[in-house]
Amino acid sequence: MLTVESTIKWLNLFSEKVEKNKDYLSELDQAIGDGDHGANMARGVAAMNEALSNKSFDSIQDVLKTAAMALLSKIGGASGPLYGSALIAMAKQAGEDRSDLASIIQAGSDGIQKRGKAEPGDKTMVDVWVPVVNALKNNKLSADIIKKAVQDTEPLKAKKGRASYLGDRSIGHIDPGSMSSGYLFETLIEGDTL
Amino acid sequence: MSEYGVLLVSHVSEIVEGLTALLKEVASDVSITSAGGTDDGGIGSSFDKVQAAVEANQSGKILAFYDLGSSKMNLEMVKEVTDKEITLFDTAFIESAYTASALLQAGVPIEEIKKQLEPLKIK
Repeated sequence: MLTVESTIKWLNLFSEKVEKNKDYLSELDQAIGDGDHGANMARGVAAMNEALSNKSFDSIQDVLKTAAMALLSKIGGASGPLYGSALIAMAKQAGEDRSDLASIIQAGSDGIQKRGKAEPGDKTMVDVWVPVVNALKNNKLSADIIKKAVQDTEPLKAKKGRASYLGDRSIGHIDPGSMSSGYLFETLIEGDTL
Repeated sequence: MSEYGVLLVSHVSEIVEGLTALLKEVASDVSITSAGGTDDGGIGSSFDKVQAAVEANQSGKILAFYDLGSSKMNLEMVKEVTDKEITLFDTAFIESAYTASALLQAGVPIEEIKKQLEPLKIK
């Protein structure tokens, strides 16, 4: 279950994983985007880390909202408003019922879809968020499910985002936003938050 | 200043600077503000810069034009938090910003301007 401590721990693990894999994220983005996803995400999570370590929190909403604002204002690419919208929506849902993780992640997924207007199959991070929500609802979220969701973006043709300008040439590459979202959920498991 | 202002959002600061120069030639009485690039001068879009450009605009009603996806997403997020009335156009960036600015300067009513922008919708 999410608590103030476990949420901060989760987001810190996510920061570490993004920092460690930033070159790989940019490499994925070079193939079908503008090549800056790793650098953008690393800048965002660094700001998030700082924001989370600089104050004390009395609610999960407060943690998620603080993280959202740092990501929104520091990422500098489409992922800023997307992760920002996700975490703002998650903060709101956590305020309603913090014990229901599936509903919290569902709210984040809905927030991303509302902001980016992408549907499942468009080769965006939605292709990871939606299967993760489904797995959480059935208490079946695992590293394998996350890995498969990320991998399944490879054969897709991008219909949203910078990769969509490439048309058929976007096929055959893993979507970078799906990969970074994969890290977010892998660290959810690694942080024993489930 | 006209009732409506113009807001330009691009991934590159030089793009909005150049476009602003182009628009000011025909719309000297329209408040035109812009946000280009990231906070540290790189290529991308910035929520904070878009918010600052909205607040800096001298008009309370703003017609907003953008280049690519994340400029739009940041615009939408600022739209949700500002008191100003922002109308977002999914139209060809340069052509529609030029059309709107020239028509605002000429005092053309907003409904007529929106009608003239409709065929420029490309996204």
